[in-house]
Amino acid sequence: MITAAVQEREHYLNASYGIKSWLLTKDHKRIGLLYLATITLFFFLGGAFATLIRVELLTPQGDLVSSETYNKLFTMHGVAMVFFFLLPSIPATLGNFFLPMMIGARDLAFPRINLLSWYLLVIGGLFSLFAMLAGGVDTGWTFYTPYSTTYSNTWVIATALGIFIAGFSSILTGLNFIVTIHRMRAPGMTWFRMPLFVWSNYATSLIQVLGTPVLAVTIVLVFCERVFHIGIFDPALGGDPVLFQHLFWFYSHPAVYIMVLPGMGVISEVVSVYSRKPVFGYGFVAFSSVAIAVLGFLVWGHHLFVSTQSVYAGMVFSFLSYFVAIPSAIKVFNWTATLYKGSISFDTPMLYAFGFIGLFTIGGLTGLFVASLGIDVHVTDTYFVIAHFHYIMVGGTIMAYLAGLHYWWPKMTGRMYPEGWAKLSALVIFLGFNLTFFPQFILGYLGMPRRYHVYPPEFQVLHVLSTAGASVLAVGYLMPMIYFIWSVRYGKVATANPWGATGLEWKTPSPPPLHNFDEAPVVTHEAYDYSTVMGEVIEVG
Amino acid sequence: MANHKEETLALREQFDTVEQQKDASTLGMWIFLITEIMFFGGMFLAYTIYRSSYPGIFAITSSSLNVYIGAANTVVLLCSSFTMVMAVRSAQLGRQKAIIFNLILTLILGFIFLGVKAYEWNEKFVEHHVPGPGFHFVGIAQQGPAQLFFSLYFAMTGLHALHMVVGVGILTWLIIKTRQGTFTAEYMTPVDVAGLYWHFVDIIWIFLFPLLYLIDRHLK
Repeated sequence: MITAAVQEREHYLNASYGIKSWLLTKDHKRIGLLYLATITLFFFLGGAFATLIRVELLTPQGDLVSSETYNKLFTMHGVAMVFFFLLPSIPATLGNFFLPMMIGARDLAFPRINLLSWYLLVIGGLFSLFAMLAGGVDTGWTFYTPYSTTYSNTWVIATALGIFIAGFSSILTGLNFIVTIHRMRAPGMTWFRMPLFVWSNYATSLIQVLGTPVLAVTIVLVFCERVFHIGIFDPALGGDPVLFQHLFWFYSHPAVYIMVLPGMGVISEVVSVYSRKPVFGYGFVAFSSVAIAVLGFLVWGHHLFVSTQSVYAGMVFSFLSYFVAIPSAIKVFNWTATLYKGSISFDTPMLYAFGFIGLFTIGGLTGLFVASLGIDVHVTDTYFVIAHFHYIMVGGTIMAYLAGLHYWWPKMTGRMYPEGWAKLSALVIFLGFNLTFFPQFILGYLGMPRRYHVYPPEFQVLHVLSTAGASVLAVGYLMPMIYFIWSVRYGKVATANPWGATGLEWKTPSPPPLHNFDEAPVVTHEAYDYSTVMGEVIEVG
Repeated sequence: MANHKEETLALREQFDTVEQQKDASTLGMWIFLITEIMFFGGMFLAYTIYRSSYPGIFAITSSSLNVYIGAANTVVLLCSSFTMVMAVRSAQLGRQKAIIFNLILTLILGFIFLGVKAYEWNEKFVEHHVPGPGFHFVGIAQQGPAQLFFSLYFAMTGLHALHMVVGVGILTWLIIKTRQGTFTAEYMTPVDVAGLYWHFVDIIWIFLFPLLYLIDRHLK
């Protein structure tokens, strides 16, 4: 009887049917799912390029692909993963879905702009896909001039245009979030009662709004230079190619924080719920997000230590880069302090969160290595750097993304995922990840340069380890893909609050009704006040 | 809850009150304008760096621009900002005919600006001052940096003109909507935020004019 009642209840998934009801939807929850489908596609596309890279690197000779093809592979891996998966990953899917619900709003402030931003991502994605299918692009995801403006004979313009368009998707999402957080909070939802996921998305949005336009204008200039032969970055005309690097990294360094800050927000939620304790030092964790966003804009020059940047500028950038460690460490210490004497349960999201904390710590600490001028000169453009940023982007962001996806899956779909398989996937991904990327630290330290497909035979053992790890990782990533789809039909029916969490999103049925709440919420407690959910029955299915 | 309320332009379903919606739209436009500042900022940075690298050549190349035409165009644009303010004020008072009258005036001034700009660009083609293989600036040895100045000139004024074209589109849409009677004294947010946009584009030109046209004027 109860099951029948659950099935008949109107919610956002069964309120209307048909392709049109999805493609023209203004519902932030449906748009979140559209994003989820889109970025999953790009994730597996980028993964396919990575697979080819790893297979090629099994042997020291370049025997699977030519060097030209290899250049295209790592470029397209980077473009697909960074611009069409990582940047939109958590904000555009989980943020879109849950940010309005967490502050008790019916939708984002601008639902039509929200839909537009999804279309922009799709159109940008199509441009880049076209470039990939038509023959690819070989500049590296960084598009350094003058190679990208003058010498490359590949599809630079189509790819750059795709990134330009997708950039506006990012800007509009950020704009929408900022206005929503400022103007749409439910009665009683003060700034310091907001869940930390909202704070971290707010900080992320600030970067999206302030940083992405600079990338956009940089791409415009590269476009003009390549098409109209104007000479902003052309040394033959007295222009400066390093100016491009400054402009590019002014966006692309903060962009790393666009990728990882929302992940930190997810971890704050998850660690708190499965320890059944409020996040230790809420205010510090909230402001550390904003601090990371601000500091992120002051450190771009550490990508230019071996360019023609002045050594004094290098010293300042190196010094400032260390400061990013402070808010990052505040977060890590506060999460672990939250665990202390908590009532910890090892559900899947928590396992992913543990993975995040460990891997992010390694990624963050090696970030200090590469922020040091002397060490960076030694490891610049080596696999050490590759390993470092994969620990942040893959070990950090994707772990957090999967933690969040598991945590909120019951709310999004109304179904539970299979806990056993999910725990296994967390384990497989953690092991596979470390096996893939830890050898790369050693490779890089020994001098293996990035972007080469031929290497001295003594590096082969480590490369084989890395490729073996990548295979394990691939299996790990396919598992959630399969059981999530399986669970939509066969998973146990989820209750409104299966984890006994405190957020407003759990105070409404799963899946949520069309306008999120049957009754407008009024907030009377701080975030993570578990005394408010004490009496609720925690049951699964 | 608002689920059962009819959605109107003046109050879309995600908002509780008209004030909340108006606040949100205005804040959204301000944030958009901040992104625009960052967007143009990249070019202003490039300009700053190259002008400080090649001060002499930038002064010479700048003096080839027609300062009287540029100044006249500045006046045109300032007037258009005034008529835009009048349109917003008329909207606040709910005077439909006055809105349309002022919007059309703004539109005309916008077209005059773009027309003059087109004339100036055409002059550059005639004088071989367009960056590319045909570029030649008479009287200086270093053609490269001279070309850099005109690269920046075209990129910056081109991007500004593109924003003007978008603005013209917005004005046209506003005129149509006003004729349909969409705007009232209670609901005139689109006129208001379009005004913000128009003024922003205006302000960009206020920076572009002295930076591009007046580099060496203080030397004379």
